[in-house]
Amino acid sequence: MKLLAAATLALLASTSAFAATHVVEAGEDAQERLQTALIEAAPGDTVRIGEGRFELTDGLSLDVAGVTVKGAGADATILDFTNQQGAGEGLYVTSDDVVLRDFAIENSRGDGIKSKQADRIVYRNLRVEWTGGPAATNGAYGIYPVESEDVLVENSIVAGASDAGIYVGQSDRIVVRHNIVRHNVAGIEIENSFNADVYENMVTQNTGGILVFDLPNLPQMGGHSVRVFRNAIQDNNTPNFAPEGNIVASVPAGTGVMVMANRNVHIFENAFSDNGTSNVMIVSYTEPFDDPNYNPLPRSVFLENNRHGNAGYAPDFEGGEQLAAAVGGQLPPILWDGTGEAIFSNDEAGVLSLGLTEAGQPLAEAQPQPVDLRTDDIPEQPGEVSLPQDTEAALR
Amino acid sequence: MRRSNPEPAVAGRSGLVDLRSPSARRARNDGNGLSRLIALLIGWVALVSAGAPQGVQPVALDVIMGETLPRTLSEFRFFTDGIGQTPNARVIAYDLNTPLFSDYAVKQRFVFVPEGETARYTDEDAFDFPVGSAFIKSFGYPADFRDPDSPVRWIETRVLLRRAGGWVALPYVWNEDGSEGVLRRAGTRLPVSWIDSGGETQSISYRVPNQNQCKTCHLRDGAIALIGPKARNLNNGARLAQWIDWGVLDRAPGDAPRVPVWDDSHDGTLDERARAYLDVNCAHCHSRSGSASNSGLFLGYDEQSAVARGILKRPVAAGRGSGGLDFDIAPGHPDASILLYRMETNDPGIAMPELGREILHREGIALIREYVAAMPAGE
Repeated sequence: MKLLAAATLALLASTSAFAATHVVEAGEDAQERLQTALIEAAPGDTVRIGEGRFELTDGLSLDVAGVTVKGAGADATILDFTNQQGAGEGLYVTSDDVVLRDFAIENSRGDGIKSKQADRIVYRNLRVEWTGGPAATNGAYGIYPVESEDVLVENSIVAGASDAGIYVGQSDRIVVRHNIVRHNVAGIEIENSFNADVYENMVTQNTGGILVFDLPNLPQMGGHSVRVFRNAIQDNNTPNFAPEGNIVASVPAGTGVMVMANRNVHIFENAFSDNGTSNVMIVSYTEPFDDPNYNPLPRSVFLENNRHGNAGYAPDFEGGEQLAAAVGGQLPPILWDGTGEAIFSNDEAGVLSLGLTEAGQPLAEAQPQPVDLRTDDIPEQPGEVSLPQDTEAALR
Repeated sequence: MRRSNPEPAVAGRSGLVDLRSPSARRARNDGNGLSRLIALLIGWVALVSAGAPQGVQPVALDVIMGETLPRTLSEFRFFTDGIGQTPNARVIAYDLNTPLFSDYAVKQRFVFVPEGETARYTDEDAFDFPVGSAFIKSFGYPADFRDPDSPVRWIETRVLLRRAGGWVALPYVWNEDGSEGVLRRAGTRLPVSWIDSGGETQSISYRVPNQNQCKTCHLRDGAIALIGPKARNLNNGARLAQWIDWGVLDRAPGDAPRVPVWDDSHDGTLDERARAYLDVNCAHCHSRSGSASNSGLFLGYDEQSAVARGILKRPVAAGRGSGGLDFDIAPGHPDASILLYRMETNDPGIAMPELGREILHREGIALIREYVAAMPAGE
């Protein structure tokens, strides 16, 4: 009998049976009620946000570990930040083991959802959108995990970000999959991060589809081990609407995938089409920098089994038109600035090299020429990224 | 213009007999049996009410150290007269050489350290305060900044409580009639207006931060931390010695560091004053262990690396906060500097600091403009 009672207790404790659910419905004082629920939630609790439009004046924040924030659906529960007066983002998460799902964030004045040092986070079935379409006044990032380990972003829609829709910065072990990113400057950006799998996303109508960047003078540098595969990357020709000065403002419209600096990046089995500048660009970081620990060159980049539809017919960078004319009217789908090492492509697509040899070399010194980057020595792929929260969180 | 209570000239502001004082000891030991009995009686009365004004209990140490979140500020007994903010025993008023700008609010700062304990001095960081300590900071607006006798409308009092597991931050908002400070964990917004020192009426939507937002600024390596009480900002030439005298601080070196008063041009060089201003207004987030650690922009007073201080540093994740500019600080060119761009706006997607600032700080902007303009271009 005692054994049965003990077993039952153990079973109950191991489920979420004792965790509380805080329900917040739309209506008056949404700001205070929703924020209070996020503060009062205890680890393991759920904050259930009801259907409807929630008018918010300030950013929301969550700092309790193990909390699930769940709406009634990305079209049904809308956190509306159009009249936001304060805070740099719509929702800011700073605790581990959080699940954010089934709600929308609209028109935040700054970033949509930011999570910092929030390990094992799940972003799922969300919509972050600036509803007026692309504009430089839109917030910079839609979904923005930074300085985190084990990051999962899936089944979400991001539209209108004036920098990147989904931006993962200075993190380790990342999966970005099954998302739709459209009408952002950059659809998805993996920056200064290690071990990322970006796959099966629909990336369309951005300025640049997927960026894999590494920048100097940051606490985490040396981005490496990124796999970009089985994405549909098409028609990313939206004019660049990022404010000048940001590195993303230099991305030419019509870019499918751009790799800048970074080491060990594999791009395979993607469907590229209708990117006016190029399907894949591989370049060094070009700005002068003062950081002895930073390597601006791309190293160990490998392409295979990508399908290349029409590309390079409308190059959006200075000298691009002349370059296209010089190579027969249209740029090949793969562009490389010529720098770095171990840059290979077994795709059935032409590669144009700019013939530069050093990072930061002026374009005037370019010696454009088609190159053959095929190799028989297939480099080993970065390992699959496996996240602890991947299956367990599917239950929450 | 400051409204802080004058700091006490002697310990034990209660005005009652201090049993340790020489005269009290003489009263106990001298004289015949009756006078000794009377002295003992006086001593006993003094003892039971020692350290507290007549009829007021001491600060509620058990509440500070407990696990509850008191619904009202009065439960702590930091003040003997509520919103009048007369400090209870062991509650010490203080101010800082260069304070944080909070939309021109006037502030009163207090620290409480339990009897018999002291904070531990350190050169660089905030002092290490013992469990049971508390920091109390009220924000308010005089009706008319030109009039030193103008009544102050106190808006909120924030407390930081040093509990066994670390610091806890709580925001208390004064009610309509000023009779009580009520805990508002989710913060609130209220319209506030005042006549500024130039005679102009200013109106803002004043934001009392929610409990999570306290931690956005008061953050170091993942835990809530103090910002203000550092040697360099407390040190006005006398305060550190006073705190040692009053048994609040354990020690201080004779050459303790000091930052200048930011808006006193006789008190330090332009460079020192500007860096003090940036340190107090920005470095709690813009440090390697703060909320903006990912930015690479570090504005602590002692930051050595020029690029980390923003000079010719390119933005990372500023988005439209970069204003179309290339560098955080373009030496010699304040108009081309992202730092100034973000200080000179109210747009929530652009403005810096991100929290606690709704209005432009004209004087701070002027100082930083001067600082950047004075930098040799091409440094």
